[in-house]
Amino acid sequence: MSLKTTNELDQGANADQEVPIIELVGINKSFGAVQANKDICLRVARGSIHGIVGENGAGKSTMMSILYGFYQADSGIIKINGQQVNITDSRAAIAAGIGMVHQHFMLVENFTVTENIVLGAEEGPWLGPSLAKARRVLADLAKEYELEVDPDALISDLSVGFQQRVEILKALYRGADILILDEPTGVLTPSEADHLFRIFRQLKSQGKTIILITHKLREIMAITDTVSVMRQGAMTAQVKTSETTPAQLAELMVGRAILLDVEKDEAHPGDVILKVNNLTVRDSKKVSRVKDVSLQVRKGEIVGIAGVAGNGQSELLEVIAGIRKAQKGSVEISGHVLDVERSIGSQKMRDLKVSHVPEDRHKKGLVMDFQEWENSILGFQNNVENAGFAIIRQRQVLDRAQAQMVRFDIRPNDTRLKAANFSGGNQQKIVLAREIECEPDLLLVGQPTRGVDIGAIEFIHKQVIAMRDAGKSVLLVSVELEEILSLSDRILVMFDGKIVGERRADETDEKELGLLMAGMETKQAAEAQL
Amino acid sequence: MKVMSYFMGAAVSAMMVTSAFAADDKPALIYDMGGKFDKSFNEAAYNGAELFKKKSGIDYRDFEIQSEAQREQALRRFAKKGFSPIVVTGFSYANAVKTVAGEFPKTKFAIIDMVVDKPNVKSVVFKEHEGSYLVGMLAMMKSKTGKVGFVGGMGIPLIQKFACGYVQGAKAVKADAVIFQNMTGNTGAAWNNPVKGGELAKSQISQGADVIYHAAGGTGLGVLQAAADAGKYGIGVDSNQNYLHPGKVLTSMLKRVDTAVYNVFEDARSGQWKSGVTALGLKEGGVGYSLDKYNKDLITPEMKTAVEAAKAKIISGEIKVHDYMSDSKCPVK
Amino acid sequence: MNKALPRWADLILIPLLNLSLALFVSGLVVLFIGENPFEAVKVLIEGALGSQEAIGFTLYYATNFIFTGLAVAIAFHAGLFNIGGEGQAMVAGIGVAVAALGLGQTHWAVVFLAATFMGGLFGAVWAAIPGYLQAKRGSHVVITTIMFNFIASSLSVYLLVHVMKVEGSMVPESETFAASGHLPFVSDMFAVLGVTISKTPLNISFFLALAASLGVWVLVWRTKLGYAMRTVGFSQGAAVYAGISPARITIIAMALSGALAGLMAVNEIAGAQHRLLLGFTAGYGFVGIAVALMGRAHPVGIFFAAILFGMLYQGGGELAFEIPTITRDMIVVIQGLVILFTGAMEYMFVPPLIRIFGLFKSKSKSANQQGAL
Repeated sequence: MSLKTTNELDQGANADQEVPIIELVGINKSFGAVQANKDICLRVARGSIHGIVGENGAGKSTMMSILYGFYQADSGIIKINGQQVNITDSRAAIAAGIGMVHQHFMLVENFTVTENIVLGAEEGPWLGPSLAKARRVLADLAKEYELEVDPDALISDLSVGFQQRVEILKALYRGADILILDEPTGVLTPSEADHLFRIFRQLKSQGKTIILITHKLREIMAITDTVSVMRQGAMTAQVKTSETTPAQLAELMVGRAILLDVEKDEAHPGDVILKVNNLTVRDSKKVSRVKDVSLQVRKGEIVGIAGVAGNGQSELLEVIAGIRKAQKGSVEISGHVLDVERSIGSQKMRDLKVSHVPEDRHKKGLVMDFQEWENSILGFQNNVENAGFAIIRQRQVLDRAQAQMVRFDIRPNDTRLKAANFSGGNQQKIVLAREIECEPDLLLVGQPTRGVDIGAIEFIHKQVIAMRDAGKSVLLVSVELEEILSLSDRILVMFDGKIVGERRADETDEKELGLLMAGMETKQAAEAQL
Repeated sequence: MKVMSYFMGAAVSAMMVTSAFAADDKPALIYDMGGKFDKSFNEAAYNGAELFKKKSGIDYRDFEIQSEAQREQALRRFAKKGFSPIVVTGFSYANAVKTVAGEFPKTKFAIIDMVVDKPNVKSVVFKEHEGSYLVGMLAMMKSKTGKVGFVGGMGIPLIQKFACGYVQGAKAVKADAVIFQNMTGNTGAAWNNPVKGGELAKSQISQGADVIYHAAGGTGLGVLQAAADAGKYGIGVDSNQNYLHPGKVLTSMLKRVDTAVYNVFEDARSGQWKSGVTALGLKEGGVGYSLDKYNKDLITPEMKTAVEAAKAKIISGEIKVHDYMSDSKCPVK
Repeated sequence: MNKALPRWADLILIPLLNLSLALFVSGLVVLFIGENPFEAVKVLIEGALGSQEAIGFTLYYATNFIFTGLAVAIAFHAGLFNIGGEGQAMVAGIGVAVAALGLGQTHWAVVFLAATFMGGLFGAVWAAIPGYLQAKRGSHVVITTIMFNFIASSLSVYLLVHVMKVEGSMVPESETFAASGHLPFVSDMFAVLGVTISKTPLNISFFLALAASLGVWVLVWRTKLGYAMRTVGFSQGAAVYAGISPARITIIAMALSGALAGLMAVNEIAGAQHRLLLGFTAGYGFVGIAVALMGRAHPVGIFFAAILFGMLYQGGGELAFEIPTITRDMIVVIQGLVILFTGAMEYMFVPPLIRIFGLFKSKSKSANQQGAL
């Protein structure tokens, strides 16, 4: 009943506007007890760029999955061009002119670009004509939208940015009028992201409609025409981008005022605690990932390592954390010189009071199938306060985990809940709580806020700064430039396994760092700035 | 075939003589792991039981075991339900029969191919050495090279017994006869490895053997094939295998497991049951050599006369064929 | 695993549904060969539970399945799939036989301890080798353990034929252990208490199996080692991060798994057969995989799954016995169907059940909300 009312109201309010290309009315979707989408209504005008923001778990992906036919809504109506449609699967979505670019690309690595584009859209039993046609269409599309890609390149040889273009081409090739992109800039360098936005504008000018799902408010402000905000499964607002501010959007997302800028005092660096000398790391395929890197971290400072993902910063962090072997060089912690050419093991590093918030909490920082209390001793399972000779002191560990959950505001407050059932932010807090409460001298942090909602980001940043202010050291790796800039005292930029630049955080900006990250020398960077 | 029909005749006449009283007799048969239709030992037992059913009109029950534990279990189960006699096939049952026969002293048990010393157990063994002696004679009389072969299945005393009788028969014909002997293996798998059987036969043929006797179950099929392919002669075992390669199988050493099962059932039915060891030899018709349309041209009248004479002498006790299993030794090589 | 399903449904309802489906399909098979399926089920259940003897045999088979099921489960918790329980038990049988032959003259308690130790040790070593090969050389245990089954089989053939066989015997079996060293049958134990029950091969090893179940539970969920094993099982990356060596845990977990599989030989060799013989493992090692799957790798689940398979073995034998047209091959078909539906296709009912439960839940929830309003 209420569904109809909403519908009528909406129609009344927007009666003067043209028919929206997409209209969702009263969409509901539950997974078991969790209601992922509550009475969602959405209108997107033809030829516009529409942003959807919301914290993790706010229901953005569910809504888009319903639109793309992965899930069926429990109730509600989908209209495309004013026509009610029934999208039962992705085929139906494609037929309705909807194309989707997923966060994780759905490409066959060892196929060429053309083959990937044809895949699933072959015409007839012979591949030849389809491929030939694809090649023609591809050339046209490339010209039209600045989407140049070598049609014969193997996907595995392409950079992430180019792979993304292939995904977009795939959707266009299937005749998509509406493109949905899920966190498209997460894997891109700033310049690649700029290029993507140029493509967006081009597409828009050709009358295509784009729906951009992101948590980066900066992007929303830069590119979108209208924006919808989701919180806890419901649509909290739909506004014109020009009529809003990032702070307002953040507040709508979280439900309370958010400090977007990190407040911190001047750093007071002390003695050197971490010294990395001429470190070289090769991966299992003998490719050098870290090339002759040297760096130092002092007490009471946060050193940030900026760089596009895959330029060696992850490997560097892992070597210092003791979970990866280096081929050359040395690591010195609090005066202890470690032979990193042999495997050291994270236990040894923990003994030296180095703790580590790994980049990938799903695969490293947490055991997703473990309950919270079990995760609260991961890496500390052999400490006397956690276990006797053989048996784990479950009672004590549970009590400590309980107290820790309160201190770090981890929700839901249930030590028996599996890690997988916490939201991204709370998962990260579990890791952070564990790694901070062991009172380390040096905290290694990789991507602390990846997949973490804004509310939790604020909390995590405060914790990291509190560490520094307590005279501890932090080595931070992040691909989020904003984060690097706002947290770090000193910034190192890594490109192709080398440190290509060092800046004081208060003496540089996003643009300069972005150029360094793209591998341009300082001089060139300076020129480019002019 | 002839021998077979002879037995059938004997069985029929036996049935005529004794009146069919014990209608509440419930005979049972338990096969060994190989299962009912193994084309060999167990199947022969099954055939004997079927024959009994046809002749007497009395149904029997049978069971195939799945695990070692079921040996005792099945015996006990049949005994408990009042089945008697209960026949088991194969030496692997010795322990189980010993135990269960003690628990059910009134039930009649029979074990084939093994001796179990209990008052209510009938042990049926065969004088395979006697039958093997006769085919050994035939082999040596047929041989042009004076060299013959033997391929056994599993290297166990029972098969040594075959080999020893065979050697004695061959040496009786020609004192300087050369007999090549090979065993296929040491486990149950040796009964079913025709490829290896064929290889062993070929190697013996290459050394000059022109008649090869097998006592190797399924493995023997390879032996007979190899002999036939090389234009030499094979000798079959257990059942009549002459038909497998007509004109190329000299004869078969018959071991009448079917008769044994039939007789046990029949004796119990007719009230002639006796426990203790029954050794079925030439005299009892439990072993023999086969002569049918497939090999009648191979066995010359002289050969037949000689063999029949020897058979008579064995029956009368004039010739004593040494039983390997009596002392685990063979007097001749 | 199934967030949307309540625990009781996951642990009880799903196995029951799977079992019913298996029995239903088996019923169709029985019907197809012209027998009454209800009669068959009746015979099967009576044959498995209808008398002291039936229960004794059921539990005796279940003892084997508990051991092999625990073996698969413990490796499973470390992310390993040990399908070599068969071979490990076979090799363990040699150890058990050595213990029982050497100490048979002393006392059964001595034999029991020695056989348990030797069986466990031999099984552990036999499984630790594939564990080592996976940990250090990257050869997958699924491949190596099944290869080791063949090696174990050949090894025991060699020993039984050339070393342990009784002189002059036709059967490749060791000599029978001295009677003083035979483990007490449960019927004997009851006899001490003055209660007479039917004689079955069920022996003291059954209690060893129960103790092993408890031990596995404590080990996996209460100890540092269990914690490390589960960490490796769930996430190698997290294990390395936590300073746990996946290689070391792999070897240890395989050894423990092999030891448990090896204890099966205590039941069979020292408890029931009283001699080492070929093929005593009779596929119990493989059925252990189904038992562990059905029991969700939890000792309590494994116990019940083992009882179920014990019933299938014992009741199945009885079925072949009582209804001669249902041959032992048919029994294997029925057992195979149960394994198929409870093991391989165990999640078949999950999606529809989630839907049903979801409906039920959202209804009750909205009802609650209305009530609140």
